Amino acid sequence: MTTAITLPEGAPEEVVTVAKVRDIDLAPFGYKGTLALITLDNGHDHNRPNTLGPQSLASLDAAITEALSHNPSAIAVTGKPFIFAAGADLSALSFLNDRAQALAIGKLGHDIFRRLDESNVPTFAFINGLALGGGLEIGLHCNYRTLSATAFTGLPEVFLGLVPGWGGATILPKLIGPEKAVQVIMLNALNNNTMLKAKDALGLGVVDAVFEPADFLEKSVAFAAAILSGATKIERKDYSSDPAWDSALATGKAAAHKKFGGADLAAPRTALELIAAAKSNTRGAGFDAEDQALADLTMSDPLRASLYAFNLIQKKKKKVEGAPKSNLARKVNKVGVVGAGLMASQLALLLVRNLKCPVVMTDIDQERADKGVAWVKAELQKLVEKKRMSAEAASRLAGLVSGSADKSIYAGCDFVIEAIFEELSLKQELFKSLEAIVSPECVLATNTSSLSVEKMSIGMKNPERVVGFHFFNPVAVMPLLEIARTSHTDDATTATAVEVGKNLKKTMIICKDAPGFVVNRLLTRFMGEITDAVDEGTDPAVADNAMRSIGFPMSPFELLGLVGPGVALHVAETLHENLGPRYRISPTMQAMVKEGVKTFYVKGDDGTVSANPAALALIHKGSTPSTAEEVSERALRALAEEARMMLDEGVVKTPAEIDLCMLMGAGWPMHLGGILPYLDRIGLSEKVSGQRFHAPGIASVLK
Amino acid sequence: MSQISPRTVVLVDAVRTPFGKAGSSFNGTRADDLMVRVIRGLLERNPNLPINQIDDVSIAAATQTGDQGMNIGRSAALLAGIPNSVPGYSIDRWCAGALTATTTIAGGIAMGALDIGLAGGVEHMGNHPMGELMDPNPRYLAERIVDTDALSMGATAERLHDRFPTLTKERADRFALNSQLKTAKAYEEGKIQRDLIPTAARSAELGWTIVSADEGPRPTTTMEGLAGLKTPFRAAGRVTAGNSSGLNDGATIALLASEEKANELGLTIKAKMVTFAFAGVEPEVMGYGPVPSTIKALSKAGLDIRDIGAFEINEAFAVQVLAFLEHFGIADDDPRVNPYGGAIAVGHPLASSGVRLMINLARTFEADPSIRYGITTMCIGLGMGGTVIWENPHFTGGKK
Repeated sequence: MTTAITLPEGAPEEVVTVAKVRDIDLAPFGYKGTLALITLDNGHDHNRPNTLGPQSLASLDAAITEALSHNPSAIAVTGKPFIFAAGADLSALSFLNDRAQALAIGKLGHDIFRRLDESNVPTFAFINGLALGGGLEIGLHCNYRTLSATAFTGLPEVFLGLVPGWGGATILPKLIGPEKAVQVIMLNALNNNTMLKAKDALGLGVVDAVFEPADFLEKSVAFAAAILSGATKIERKDYSSDPAWDSALATGKAAAHKKFGGADLAAPRTALELIAAAKSNTRGAGFDAEDQALADLTMSDPLRASLYAFNLIQKKKKKVEGAPKSNLARKVNKVGVVGAGLMASQLALLLVRNLKCPVVMTDIDQERADKGVAWVKAELQKLVEKKRMSAEAASRLAGLVSGSADKSIYAGCDFVIEAIFEELSLKQELFKSLEAIVSPECVLATNTSSLSVEKMSIGMKNPERVVGFHFFNPVAVMPLLEIARTSHTDDATTATAVEVGKNLKKTMIICKDAPGFVVNRLLTRFMGEITDAVDEGTDPAVADNAMRSIGFPMSPFELLGLVGPGVALHVAETLHENLGPRYRISPTMQAMVKEGVKTFYVKGDDGTVSANPAALALIHKGSTPSTAEEVSERALRALAEEARMMLDEGVVKTPAEIDLCMLMGAGWPMHLGGILPYLDRIGLSEKVSGQRFHAPGIASVLK
Repeated sequence: MSQISPRTVVLVDAVRTPFGKAGSSFNGTRADDLMVRVIRGLLERNPNLPINQIDDVSIAAATQTGDQGMNIGRSAALLAGIPNSVPGYSIDRWCAGALTATTTIAGGIAMGALDIGLAGGVEHMGNHPMGELMDPNPRYLAERIVDTDALSMGATAERLHDRFPTLTKERADRFALNSQLKTAKAYEEGKIQRDLIPTAARSAELGWTIVSADEGPRPTTTMEGLAGLKTPFRAAGRVTAGNSSGLNDGATIALLASEEKANELGLTIKAKMVTFAFAGVEPEVMGYGPVPSTIKALSKAGLDIRDIGAFEINEAFAVQVLAFLEHFGIADDDPRVNPYGGAIAVGHPLASSGVRLMINLARTFEADPSIRYGITTMCIGLGMGGTVIWENPHFTGGKK
């Protein structure tokens, strides 16, 4: 028997998933005997999925004991409506401050789940709904698995900085072989936590049968009866001498390297080690190794930062920090986009797809306006061809988009966003001219990345309806939206902007109108240190690779290639002008823009990436090179400095908002917690400003 | 326009959920889910049926709100995965809902408007207690259109005892006991289970299970036990929980087709419809309804009661069955009547019961090819009866 685990003080009270046992007569299904069915149910609806904390595990343990005491022909586990189990109760993990506790939780899971495999009767998981992580692992310990046709399943642990450590990393490779196990445990998890659809789970062999949800339980019980009677047989393969182990593990390793810009992170590395060991170890040995791995990871700062980041993203998706009451938001039934270039067209597409209201675009002449509209319609058609939208829906949306050279079409708009050339005077002029066309309540939004929104509203009759509405490229993909308030922007305007952002399914932060808002201000400062180092004489390769081991998704120059030197330089110039000389203007960058050199790296025909000789030739090379360590230190120090200044200035109110921005706007990784937990972790925050951004224990192990 | 000649309507197959006691097994299960389950069970049993060839789906419920609302015929069909192209409707004649769904679909088949139809019923009396949302017009009582007893089914049963004093409580109890014993025997022999579709049921407190048997039967019933039960409908009454059907949750479904279509598709034929009739009586003695409806149906069919070799009569109340038997001079324990027991034992989820009678009759036909004709009949609240006369396709020409 297992021992109870007491969670440390401060941990949220566990929402206990209770396991209940009922006996089912198998006679109507053609088998003489009973099946003891264990239902997992935390007593809430599907919005609060079953999770597995210590008390939940104890309940399952007791249920297995009870089920066995009924002397059934088989035991099965199923979930509550729509949910099997969404995995371990992660809320408690962040509060563990003793490795022994972490080890005990891992072991507790194993000790209980393995009873399902070691029972003297066949065991089944009837996975009726969502089964993630520990939820799927319950199923993997069972001898057989059925899955509802509409349920999703997967092992997201590596995505979160953990490993499938309740048996998944050991059992799955043995069950479905190394290639498919690497697919599920590594590739899917690293690919933005892709879950398996039922047909994929069946195809990979993760489950043995898929049944439609309408009579899933009945069909699953019939399946169990057929297994018991021998009418149905499931062949299991021994993969221990499969030739694909090495190549599969190499694929997994390559995926992790790609995801984290070449860094070797503990979670993916450990997961691969556990998978590799499954080739020849016993289940028990694998479980022991998983226990140790889980304990090590749980007691590591990267995991705590990752959990912090995950929770932050989940929470802020729903609730925007500092947002005015949503009932202040005005209805948006017609939207204007000023400009019909690529950015404006992308905005028009995003707006029409999500708001499903008329979207009007203008440009300097009808031809350009038509081009923008045509682009939107062509994109809608592509979605139809990819079967991601019905022809009907596309036709509805296409009919909502129109363009003109005449700004009077903005009459009646409730929300107009401009995406014209980044020049303040142009934008000021535009907003004034729009005021003459639209109602005083119409929100005028700007997608500027670094200009002052406040200045744009100078001289306007109703400056309170002007707001920054800053997307990240590509606008349809990047989840962040920075909403910038000027000193005039009123609550109704902000609430309306937030409502529009919600409809666009964006994660938002509301910041003060300050140069570069949050993401560009930090990224530009960060990049400036790298270009400075190069300008001073540091080998670009040394500068660019200085932070590889940290695990950013791309190096500074890879990012520069994506943004384009022109945009980067423009932002740097604006910030230099507004924030001071710590934002330097790199002569190398100026040269690149002048000469039209767009990247530091070029891709060869064979796909290999090498330094771009055209870029190297333009480097303004000084005589004071830095070491990689020095480059890394100064770049990260710059981040710490700038973040502290932003908090002091009140650009945003909380460090969490800065982290959210870097996670969602820059794609910075969860194991850094965005960025500030990492700066705390390496001691730079305190070095720079004498204080941490987050208290110890938030996004870190309390030591 | 060419004249369409009437076509023979056949019962291809029929199934039902086990009947639960209201507030028990199916307490956490929706009525439409019960309906969906039997539809899927029926389709699975009849793989020769191309589902897109179903011409209509007719589903009855006595209370058509909530999980029995939203046009349950259409809704259950969609939820069961029947293609969008197959239409559906809801229908209501209180207890005779499924019986009326059957006769309505049959009418369409007979005149050639339909080839294949589904007819069934559902009642979740736990979710929809009798009388739910009922709003009787005050004129009923003000103008004495009905007596106060008419809206309480138990009271109408007492009124039958009043009207026919020879139908004693003792006879009603004995009939009820026999129903229990016949059902127990049928269960022992596996004769009920073969047409039950095991149905998942969830209880928030207990978790999931599969219900695969009726919950109502009390095989240990005794005359002494029955004698001691309370008479809830009036002091010193005769109607008890023991000699009445219970409050139940359940769903039934039948597959009907033209004989021609059934043969073309290779579907089974379990019974052929001869004719049907509905008739009205005073609402206060609604239990008497099957008498005039049967007389009417026999007359239409040109048959005599002596031609009928098998009776499936719904046991809403024992006294109402006895009134029918007494009228036609059939013994209380005649073996032709409800050989597998009836609603007193297995339960009566109002609108679903009509098809349950057909399930049993089809089994009787199958078991005894010497029987040529059988009837399914039931009483209906507010004073009606419905009767369907069926012919045994297995009839070999022996006795009637």
